[in-house]
Amino acid sequence: MSETTLGTETPQAAAVPHPLDEAAVGAAVEQALAAIAAAANLEELKAARIAHTGEKSPLSLANREIGKLAKEEKAAAGKLVGPARGRLNKALASRTEELEAERDAQILVDEAVDVTAAPRRRRAGARHPLSILQERVSDIFVGMGWEIAEGPEVESEWFNFDALNFKPDHPAREMQDTFFVEPPEAHLLMRTHTSPVQVRSMLEREVPIYVLCPGKVFRTDELDATHTPVFHQFEGLAIDKGLSMADLRGTLEHFARQMFGADASIRLRPNFFPFTEPSAELDIWHPGAKGGPQWIEWGGCGMVHPNVLRAAGIDPEVYSGFAFGMGIERTLMFRNEVGDMHDMIEGDVRFSEHFGMEI
Amino acid sequence: MRIPLSWLREYAQVPAEATAEDVMAELVKVGLEEEDVHRPLDELKGPVVVGQVLSAEKEPQSNGKTINWCQVRVVPEGQEQTLTGDGIDPSGVQGVVCGAHNFEPGDKVVVTLPGAVLPGDFRITPRKTYGHVSAGMIASVRELGIGDDHDGILVLGTLGLDPEIGADALEVLSLYDEAAEINVTPDRSYCFSIRGVAREFAHATGTQFKDPAAAVAVDASTGPGYPVRLEDQAPIYGKPGCDRFVARTVRGVDPTRPTPTWMASRLRLAGIRSISLVVDISNYVMLELGQPLHFYDLDRLQGDIVVRRANAGETLRTLDDKVRKLDPEDLLITDASGAIGIAGVMGGAATEVSDSTVNVLIEAAHFEEVSISRSRRRHKLPSEASKRFERGVDWQVADEAAQRAVDLLTELAGGTADTTVTDAGQEPAAVVIDLPAGFPAERIGIDFTEEQITVALTDLGAEVEKYDGGYKVTAPSWRQDLEIKEDLVEEIARLVGYDQIPATLPVAPPGRGLTRVQQQRRRVMQALADAGLTEVLSYPFVTKAANDTFGAAADGEERSALKLANPLSDEHGYLRTSVLPGLLETARRNHSRGFRDLALYEAGLVFLPNGRLGSAEIPPLGVRPSEEVLDELYSGIPEQPLHLAAVFMGHDSPAGANHTPRPWDWADALDAARLVGDVLGVELVVEQGSHQAFHPGRTARISLRNGQSVGYAGELHPKLLAAQDLPERTAALELNADVLFEAAPDVIVAKHLSTYPVATQDVALVVDADTAAEAVRETLREGAGGLLEDIALFDVYAGTGIEDGKKSLAFGLRFRADDRTLTADEASEARAAAVALAAERFGAVQR
Repeated sequence: MSETTLGTETPQAAAVPHPLDEAAVGAAVEQALAAIAAAANLEELKAARIAHTGEKSPLSLANREIGKLAKEEKAAAGKLVGPARGRLNKALASRTEELEAERDAQILVDEAVDVTAAPRRRRAGARHPLSILQERVSDIFVGMGWEIAEGPEVESEWFNFDALNFKPDHPAREMQDTFFVEPPEAHLLMRTHTSPVQVRSMLEREVPIYVLCPGKVFRTDELDATHTPVFHQFEGLAIDKGLSMADLRGTLEHFARQMFGADASIRLRPNFFPFTEPSAELDIWHPGAKGGPQWIEWGGCGMVHPNVLRAAGIDPEVYSGFAFGMGIERTLMFRNEVGDMHDMIEGDVRFSEHFGMEI
Repeated sequence: MRIPLSWLREYAQVPAEATAEDVMAELVKVGLEEEDVHRPLDELKGPVVVGQVLSAEKEPQSNGKTINWCQVRVVPEGQEQTLTGDGIDPSGVQGVVCGAHNFEPGDKVVVTLPGAVLPGDFRITPRKTYGHVSAGMIASVRELGIGDDHDGILVLGTLGLDPEIGADALEVLSLYDEAAEINVTPDRSYCFSIRGVAREFAHATGTQFKDPAAAVAVDASTGPGYPVRLEDQAPIYGKPGCDRFVARTVRGVDPTRPTPTWMASRLRLAGIRSISLVVDISNYVMLELGQPLHFYDLDRLQGDIVVRRANAGETLRTLDDKVRKLDPEDLLITDASGAIGIAGVMGGAATEVSDSTVNVLIEAAHFEEVSISRSRRRHKLPSEASKRFERGVDWQVADEAAQRAVDLLTELAGGTADTTVTDAGQEPAAVVIDLPAGFPAERIGIDFTEEQITVALTDLGAEVEKYDGGYKVTAPSWRQDLEIKEDLVEEIARLVGYDQIPATLPVAPPGRGLTRVQQQRRRVMQALADAGLTEVLSYPFVTKAANDTFGAAADGEERSALKLANPLSDEHGYLRTSVLPGLLETARRNHSRGFRDLALYEAGLVFLPNGRLGSAEIPPLGVRPSEEVLDELYSGIPEQPLHLAAVFMGHDSPAGANHTPRPWDWADALDAARLVGDVLGVELVVEQGSHQAFHPGRTARISLRNGQSVGYAGELHPKLLAAQDLPERTAALELNADVLFEAAPDVIVAKHLSTYPVATQDVALVVDADTAAEAVRETLREGAGGLLEDIALFDVYAGTGIEDGKKSLAFGLRFRADDRTLTADEASEARAAAVALAAERFGAVQR
């Protein structure tokens, strides 16, 4: 019947082989495989699938023909069509997988951005380098078991001068270029150094005392490239039995190496401060200094004057102590090659932001 | 102090080839810090020779000037010119044009020949001028850099000089010398002299020192000289203002004699201008021995000299020709006419030596330091004399210094000294210090030998007497700074060398680390930086107006601030009561530098003058004040809390491709405040606030749950922003950080975390537009009871559908029970209770 059907359909149909013809099935499979392989994307593959495995595809027709066959012919026809369909489905699945992978990859390609055009969405904040340095210095001493002591910036003259053995009429008092607070009879001033905190520490703590006093200090200097009326210091004070100038040197040397590396060393030169005797100027050997390794003046130090101990009620015949003080601005200037004081104190955001959270 | 090397070489073994730099490198070892080098020949280079003017033809010029066309012999007649070069005439006679007229043919002058360089990099070359080729220059002292006089050229005869023609004029003028400038610390007054520095140079180099004072042979006196009485009626601290007054008389000095070039050169290098021979001698002796001298014109003195304190109302015309009102504390030199000088500070005009002085009375006195220091400050008269007296002068050297002046006045000025000598006063007791034998080693950490100790102290000039267990050390008379054994220890260490001190690291007792407040401060500062803010630091000096605007006083209360007695600028003469003025100034500076998007913060002390200010009495040195006195000192210190402030202007981030920045606004300021609260674990209460610096409708008052005020956050007042040239909508916050630190809980107790399912409910309430959302939220929380886990405002709406003057607040409520799964009814019931309370308190109506 199929022959008649086919024969009645079109004149060319007579030339078309029977659907179950082995050659015809083989050709249909080859065509289908070619179409599947040729499908460039999932849409073309879908079209190929419909064309070659859809209801009207030669293989579907052939399959349907099997039902019409005599019982004994069915097995042979099934062997012909079944594997052919199996091959096609396998090819389809494999091609689908390939094309899906290609499509997925293409999506990622299409989603590509120019990462170099990324915006800065979140502003990076920054600590002030002087604050960071102050904290780093503090941490070094805390690591040595010292404590950090602080005090007021407007102080009594007694804490700033008299308790530190500045004689009332001695020129040393004038060297400090002090801001005084009105009225004069109140004897209040802006502390000229953080040493008043040392005095407070001695009055308020039990010996032995090992404290570091960082903070803001004030002198009547006009702002220029190397001076500022408001600056920061850190001062150390150790009071214990039997402390000597060798202990002072050892402490400063240890600290210098923490700050400037294992090659750093220090030098002491005789100097004068009312609150220490003996007194010394402290130079640091800075191997990484701009312009080559060199000695740099860093601060002052010495053995606490017995009058200072007495002012705090500590017996200088039983206890001795050492003290030292350095400028934080100055340290930052030579450590980080800051060329101009203005950069540190004007609050230009470029200065802090350049450092970020590190120095 | 500037030390001419030629002078130093007279008393110390300075190698001939040593430069000022070499000398300073030695002195720094013993504590005299290097300051500068003064070397005239760095700027003045030959050939500069002595010439004799052979002829000077006056040639009037069309410009009205008359010049001299001079022939100047620069090589002795009969000798060959050995110099060569452009403009050097082989005949030894140079043709030079000279504009000055203070010389005549025959005069010997200084000729700077072609090739010479004068100060200011002025190079001498032959040049055509006024119709001649002028091959050199006849120099003035100013052109040579050795004086100010430019009225005419230097005629060597006026200096009493008659050198050979062709001689090196730099040599003739004693210019082959240089000075080392060192910084002398206030305790080392003896180093304000060649004598003291020579001694230190010997210490530094281990070489011999020749004492210039010992080189002076003091004349035996034939009796008392000019009558002098020391009558201090009001000593300061019980010390007489004058305890020695040596007076010597020299008659018949020739006031016309010039100062020898060697003396003028040394004075100049030492930084002291040459004035006249007599004055120069007094300065020279002061520099050499450290003893300031005063010379009186003997013929202008009337009657006895009396040293006493000023009387009330007394005045003195000082030699700078100013009439000064004297203070009863001023120590005076007086005669029968009244005051003739403020002792040790400045002499009087009436008795000063002048061009016509022929009879001189020399004063070499010893004045007490505090008295001189106070007079100098009172009259603002710093001088070379007061600088030395207020730091301390050697009591012993007065007669030697007077003798040295006598010798120089006799030798150089042709005077004759009286054989009588006045020496009034009382020698102070020598300072004897007991030095226990082991003390230097114990204090310095070097095991000094007995020899090291005695040699060092003896080298200083001290007398050392060893006894069993220590040394009795008599301090030298010029070392007033040596008072206690610690002072001696410094000297021993200094002379042995600080570089000998070993290094040992002392071990501190176990510490507690940073205090809680120090940790809190760090966390807050770091958190704000992490949140994108930039920390800055500003000065605490502000205007009165800034404090009035930003000060935290309650409305109607007087705002007070501390005022500086000596501010750098009168305008910024107050101490801040708020960190914001400085921070805004910093923000404006950044803005003007082109940075428009800013989030800045600063933490700093503010100064609040509450209560009693300071203490009238200051306790003395070296004694622990009593508890009462200490309490008084402590309680007089103004309150200085740490304030934390931030400013936001512009946008939160830079504009960029794929990114639209968000403008900062009032809420960012408030958010930063809340961040600080979160970091510290402190609950902050926010309510509508008012502050004169802030926008009246966009200000949050921030306080603790207990009502204590913490600060403000919001948008700054538009008028203030306009007046200060700051961008619109700039927002700010200021918090009292100390209050927050104090309020932070010591221990945060953990909450039980229920894992039962959550029940969420939303509610929208219509309330009056001026009702604070926060208040409604708090009320809902209260009304909802214990099942409410969290409540958040998620929408505020006004407009269509909402009555005018009202707004809708939408809240999300999250319920959860600790012990069971909540039913929908339970959650709804709690929500209804919350809404009911809001309705009762605010008339809230559910939408």
